[in-house]
Amino acid sequence: MSAIPHVFHSRPVQVHTHARTEPLWVRWLLTCLALLFLLGFLFLPLAVVFSQAFSKGAPVFWEALTEENALLAARLTLITALIAVPLNMIFGLAAAWCIAKFQFPGKSLLITLIDLPFSVSPVVAGLIYVLMFGLQGWLGPWLQTHDIKLIFAVPGIVLATIFVTFPFVARELIPLMQAQGTEEEEAALVLGASGWQTFRHVTLPNIRWGLLYGVILCNARAMGEFGAVSVVSGHIRGMTNTLPLHVEILYNEYNSAAAFAVASLLACLALVTLAAKTFLEWRLMRDATPTDATS
Amino acid sequence: MSLTFKKQGVLPGFSLTLGFTVLYLCLIVLIPLSATFLKAATLGWEGFWSVITQPRVLASYRLTFGASLAGASINAVFGLLVAWVLVRYEFPGKGLIDALVDLPFALPTAVAGISLATLYSSKGWIGKLLMPYGIKIAYTPLGIVVALTFIGLPFVVRTVQPILEEFEAELEEAAASLGASRRQTFTRVILPALAPGLLTGFALAFARAVGEYGSVIFIAGNIPMVSEITPLLIITKLEQYDYAGATALAVSMLLVSFLLLLAINALQRWSELRKA
Repeated sequence: MSAIPHVFHSRPVQVHTHARTEPLWVRWLLTCLALLFLLGFLFLPLAVVFSQAFSKGAPVFWEALTEENALLAARLTLITALIAVPLNMIFGLAAAWCIAKFQFPGKSLLITLIDLPFSVSPVVAGLIYVLMFGLQGWLGPWLQTHDIKLIFAVPGIVLATIFVTFPFVARELIPLMQAQGTEEEEAALVLGASGWQTFRHVTLPNIRWGLLYGVILCNARAMGEFGAVSVVSGHIRGMTNTLPLHVEILYNEYNSAAAFAVASLLACLALVTLAAKTFLEWRLMRDATPTDATS
Repeated sequence: MSLTFKKQGVLPGFSLTLGFTVLYLCLIVLIPLSATFLKAATLGWEGFWSVITQPRVLASYRLTFGASLAGASINAVFGLLVAWVLVRYEFPGKGLIDALVDLPFALPTAVAGISLATLYSSKGWIGKLLMPYGIKIAYTPLGIVVALTFIGLPFVVRTVQPILEEFEAELEEAAASLGASRRQTFTRVILPALAPGLLTGFALAFARAVGEYGSVIFIAGNIPMVSEITPLLIITKLEQYDYAGATALAVSMLLVSFLLLLAINALQRWSELRKA
């Protein structure tokens, strides 16, 4: 099939290649310029993290990662992500289900409101919880009389993390589920499946890659959040310190090698996230064009 | 109302999922945000105005918006270039570079901050090269522009890239066969088609930059009136127990974010219309 046009339309093909590209030197120049820009703003910043992490040798690197405060910070980061990510995942599934499968008034407003946390500065995201639950906040006095501490404690960190990662899963699932429509679910229900069975065996397999995509991005942000967590944490070492906050403390103490050692751990998380993201994008593309996948 | 819901067909779970969605949205986002606006309202208009017109605050606004504008502009130019090169040309390592463009999304901002500060300081790999020319980047407002360029980088590339990929070859061929030079084809045919996407990417990068904190504070130097961004000033006020001041600043930033969000939504609708 594809060879025939070449034979009969050799001239248009010529025009095609000429009309859609630039002279070799222009292509070279543009590519070099783009790569130079990426070198200064992307590749070198990444390389600096690993080069500085090992600048004082492997023992210092290892010591920085296995020291008690680093381990406690890693533990808090994991706990925070383990609470925030599943909650936002359940929310994302529920929001996508009602928005993608049903018609109701106010839907586009709801979608805009779900996206809202992305446009709020992380510092403001932390502040709003301080104003709610802090000593000076609306619920502060009540919380204090009941001896509940949310701000400068772990619950505040979890709340701030939930806020900044709020839209990730929902915004991934809504367009995906809208594109898939409701026919398959309706068929399952007509055939006698219960609502839950339909969701588990029809909807979930259809959206699994998109769901995983949202969860991975959500997790990366949850583990890496700095600004919002910094406002609500109080920076108590070994208590309310997450890995990014630990990096800040080490760096401000001029303990650069240790700061970069911990930072390199977070950079590895970012690289793994990017690899998984690239793989999932490829899967989602393949699922979106089923004719290619079957041939 | 109930009549419109009855027509939904057989799918279950509407009230349950909508109820949960709205409840969760209210608890996590809407109530805390409203509480902040209420807190600001207790200041009164006079109080609010006197906080956000303090010289130090005005200086922080100028710096934050100026540096964000500069960063987003750099990204508009180089983001377009990167998207162009990634879509149109072939070179070794292209797939890897394409994947790495999203690094600023995935890399925690504190890591980006300390890394950029080290790279662009007078002893860093790039800072060292610029020292002989008297150019200082780290710990000056220029450093803030560098950090904001880094975090905004993926926005323009990722909004322009799909438009370039779907761009119809026929349009360029028609322009060429009608006698347009390559440059004319680019400025009169390709660029107008990219404009909505480019502008959306620019606005997204700008909106992100205005609120950015983590990647900036390490490279900024944080000198009041010179290199102190507004989010940092909010934290400074909080640490001085000036809750009213912090709230007023936060509300002013929230209003700007909401305006930007509206602008971005309008831009995205415009891009969709262009595509259709």
